[in-house]
Amino acid sequence: MRPEMGAQGPVLRLDGITKRFGALVANDAISVTLWPGEVIALLGENGAGKTTLMNILFGHYTADEGSVEVFGAPLPQGNPRAALAAGVGMVHQHFTLADNLTVLENVILGTQPLWGARLDMAGARAKLARLAEDFGLAVDPDARLGTLSVGERQRVEILKALYRDARILILDEPTAVLTPQQAEALFAALRKMVAQGLSIIFISHKLHEVMAIASRVVVLRHGKLVGEVAVADTNPGALAEMMVGARITPPELRAAAPGATLLELRTVSTPDRGTARGLRKVDLALREGTITGLAGVSGNGQGALADLIAGLEHLSGGEMLVHGAEPVTWSVAHALNAGIGRIPEDRHKTGTIADFSLTENAILERYRRPPFARRGWMDWGAARGFTDTVIRSYDVRCPGPETRIRLLSGGNMQKLILGRAMEGAPKIILANQPVRGLDIGAITFVQTQLLAARDQGAAVLLISEDLDEILTLSDIIHVISEGRLSPPFARGTMSAADLGRWMAGEGFERGQDAA
Amino acid sequence: MGEIVEIFLSASFWAAVIRIASPLIFATMGELICERAGVLNLGIEGIMVVGAFAGWMTVYSGGGLWTGVMVAMLAGMLFGLLHGTLTVPFGLSQHVVGLGITLLATASAYFAYRLALPRVTTPPRIEAFQPFPIPILSDIPLIGPALFAQTPLTYLAFVLVGVVSFVLFRTPLGLALRAAGENPAAVAAQGLSVTALRMGAVMVGSGLMAVGGAFLTMSAFNSFFFEMVNGRGWICIALVVFGAWMPGKALLGAVLFGVFDALQIRLQQTSIGADIPYQIFLMMPFVLSILALVIMSRRAAIPAALMVPFNKGER
Repeated sequence: MRPEMGAQGPVLRLDGITKRFGALVANDAISVTLWPGEVIALLGENGAGKTTLMNILFGHYTADEGSVEVFGAPLPQGNPRAALAAGVGMVHQHFTLADNLTVLENVILGTQPLWGARLDMAGARAKLARLAEDFGLAVDPDARLGTLSVGERQRVEILKALYRDARILILDEPTAVLTPQQAEALFAALRKMVAQGLSIIFISHKLHEVMAIASRVVVLRHGKLVGEVAVADTNPGALAEMMVGARITPPELRAAAPGATLLELRTVSTPDRGTARGLRKVDLALREGTITGLAGVSGNGQGALADLIAGLEHLSGGEMLVHGAEPVTWSVAHALNAGIGRIPEDRHKTGTIADFSLTENAILERYRRPPFARRGWMDWGAARGFTDTVIRSYDVRCPGPETRIRLLSGGNMQKLILGRAMEGAPKIILANQPVRGLDIGAITFVQTQLLAARDQGAAVLLISEDLDEILTLSDIIHVISEGRLSPPFARGTMSAADLGRWMAGEGFERGQDAA
Repeated sequence: MGEIVEIFLSASFWAAVIRIASPLIFATMGELICERAGVLNLGIEGIMVVGAFAGWMTVYSGGGLWTGVMVAMLAGMLFGLLHGTLTVPFGLSQHVVGLGITLLATASAYFAYRLALPRVTTPPRIEAFQPFPIPILSDIPLIGPALFAQTPLTYLAFVLVGVVSFVLFRTPLGLALRAAGENPAAVAAQGLSVTALRMGAVMVGSGLMAVGGAFLTMSAFNSFFFEMVNGRGWICIALVVFGAWMPGKALLGAVLFGVFDALQIRLQQTSIGADIPYQIFLMMPFVLSILALVIMSRRAAIPAALMVPFNKGER
C-alpha cells in the first residue's frame, strides 16, 4: 500500500539535483517541491534540462548529487520500478508504447508478475474501462496501437500511468502533437485528475498552455532553476524573458507584396505511402512575395506535399505548374533547377550527413556544378570559401568549416541548412518545420530570414505544427487534414481555435474524401 | 501427371514431409523467439551444427537419448549466451556477431568431432529415437502413419509450437518479450530489464535451434557428418519471415518446405526425372520457398525494434 499522505506534507521533493553528461551540466542543484492537488509547469527551452530532471525522478537516469523524496519517503535512484511503486507515473514525449500490441496489452505490460502462468485480461479490461470512464479518456481496449492516432496514443500513455495508480503524473511536452481542441480535452482530463487529488508536473515551452493549466511555474535555463512564480503573479511576456534570459524582440513584419504565381497545384493527389497519407485533390498557389502557412497535425499529408514540391514524390492525379508550365519530368534535380530551396523537416535525417564536415554539407545540393566542381574535379577551395560565407552571414557558431556537423547544436545546424538554401537565391522556399526544437534566439533568426526572403520576392511555403508561428508569419493560411487542403485564408481572418477546427477535419466538403 | 497424384496419396510421402519439417520447426521456433525479442540470430546455422554434434556425441559415448537432447540444448544455450552478450549489453552488429557465431560454432563442432574420432572415415551410427506409433490414431489411413507414427522428438516439435504460441500471447512474460522487440523503451519504462529479456530469449532460442540440429543426428540420419545441416538454419530464418513472426504460420511454412523437399526426391524417380538433371529438383524447394516468401511476407509485421540495440540512459 501507498504511504499515508500527510494532510499538509508535500507529495514530492527534489532536493539539490545535479546531473552531468561529460562536461555538460544538465541539471545544476535543482530543488522543486510539489504539493497535493497541484499542477506545476516546468518551463524552459530545449536543452534547459527539463526532461533530464524528470528522467532522474522517474529512474531513467541517476543523479550525480541530490535526493528525491516521494510522500515523505526517500526514492531509490535509477530504478523505474521503485518510482512506479511509489506512485510516480510518466507520460513520455516519445510514447513508450509498442505498435504491435493492443491498447490493453500496452496498458498491462509489466503490471503482472513476469512468471505468471497466464495474463489476467478480464480484470485488467474492467479496470481500464473504469479509468477511461472516470477521466473521460475513451479508447478501444482491443485496437492495435499502430492503428491509433497520436491523440489516442497519448490517452493510452496516460491511462497506463493511471492504471498503475499513479498519484503524481509527469507529462513531457504533452501538447506538442495535439490540435488546440485536443489539448483542451487533455486539460479537462487533467483537471479531473487534480480534483481527485493527483498532483501533476507539466513540462512545456508553450507559454499560453502553462498559463492555462498550471498554478505555479518553475523555470529552467541552461540546467539552472532561474525562477519560480505563481501563475497569478506573472504573464507570458515575463515568463518568456525568464526562460530566455533576455528581452525578446519578435521579427519585424512588413506588408506583403504578392506577385506572380510561381508554383500551382490543381486538384493534385499523391499515393499513400504505408501509414504516411498522400494528398487528396489539393489546390494550392504559391505566389511571389508571400508566405503561405500550412497548419495541421503532423502526418496529415504535409510530408507528401513537401516531397512533391521537392521532387521526391510524383502525382497520381491533377497537375502541377512550376513557373507557369507543367514540367515534363519532376525530380529533385528538376526542383533544384527550378529554384526551389529546401529546409527539410528532419535536419538530422534528411537535412545533413552527420559525419560530413560543414563544408561537405554546405555544398551537398550543388557539388557537381561550378564553382565547386570543374571538369569532374572538386574545387575544395571554392567550397570552403562558400562555407565561410554561410558561416559568417548566418551566424553559424562552430569551430570551423572542417568540423563534423554532428557536433553542432540544432540551432546552428539549422542556420547552416538555411544558409545553404538561401545562398542559392531560391525563388520558392520550402520550409518544413524550420524552427522545431530551436531556442528562441535561433527561432527569431530563422523567421527573420524567411521574412527577408519573402520581402525580396520569394514564395515561401511554411509547414508548421505551431499555430502561433503560422499565425505570426503567414500571409495566406491553409489547413491540411487527412490529405485534404482547406481553402486559403488571408492573414488576420482566422484565430487559433478556427484553425483547430479545420485541423480536426471540420469544414471540409464530403466530396473531397472520394479520391 | 498420374505419378504426381500417386505421390500425394502415399502415406510414406506425408511421413517424410513431417520428418523433414521437424528439425526446421525446432529451429524456427528458436529463431522466432529471438526475433520477437528484437535480436536477429544468424548464429542459427552453426548452433544447429553444434546441437547435432553434441546430441550425437552424448549418445555415442553411452548417454541416454534424452540426455543427448538436453546436452544439445545446453550447448546451444552456451553459444546463445555468447551471442546475447555481444549483441545485447554490448550492442554489437547482430549480422556480424551472428555470422561469426555460425563460423565459430560450426568449426568448433567439426574440430571436436575430429578430436574425438581422429581415424574414422565412415561416420559411426548410434541407436537413435525410434518411431513411436500412437495407438488408434496411427491406424487412421494416410494421416495415421504420417502424423502419428513418428519419433517422440517430432511430437515434441509440434507441442512446442503450441507452447511458444501460448507463452508469447497468453502470459505476462510473452507480452514483455514482444514489447521488447517492438519498443524496448516501453519495457524499460515499466521497470523491466530489456537486457534480461533479450538475453533470456536468445539463450532459450539458441537452445531450441540446437535441438533442431540434434534431431538430424538423433532422429533422422543417426550419425554425424560434415555439412549435414546444409543451410537448414538459413531456411529457418526465411520461415520466420514467411510466418510473419507467428508460431502457427511458421509451422505451416516448415511443413510446406517439407512438402517441396519430399516431393523433389520422389520426382527424381518418376518418368519426369529421367529427362531433367537432378540438380533442378534439388533446387526446387529453395526456389519455391523464395516464391512463397515473396507472396506471403509482403504484409508481414516485422518487430519494429528488430536489430536495434537498446542502451538504457542513452541521450
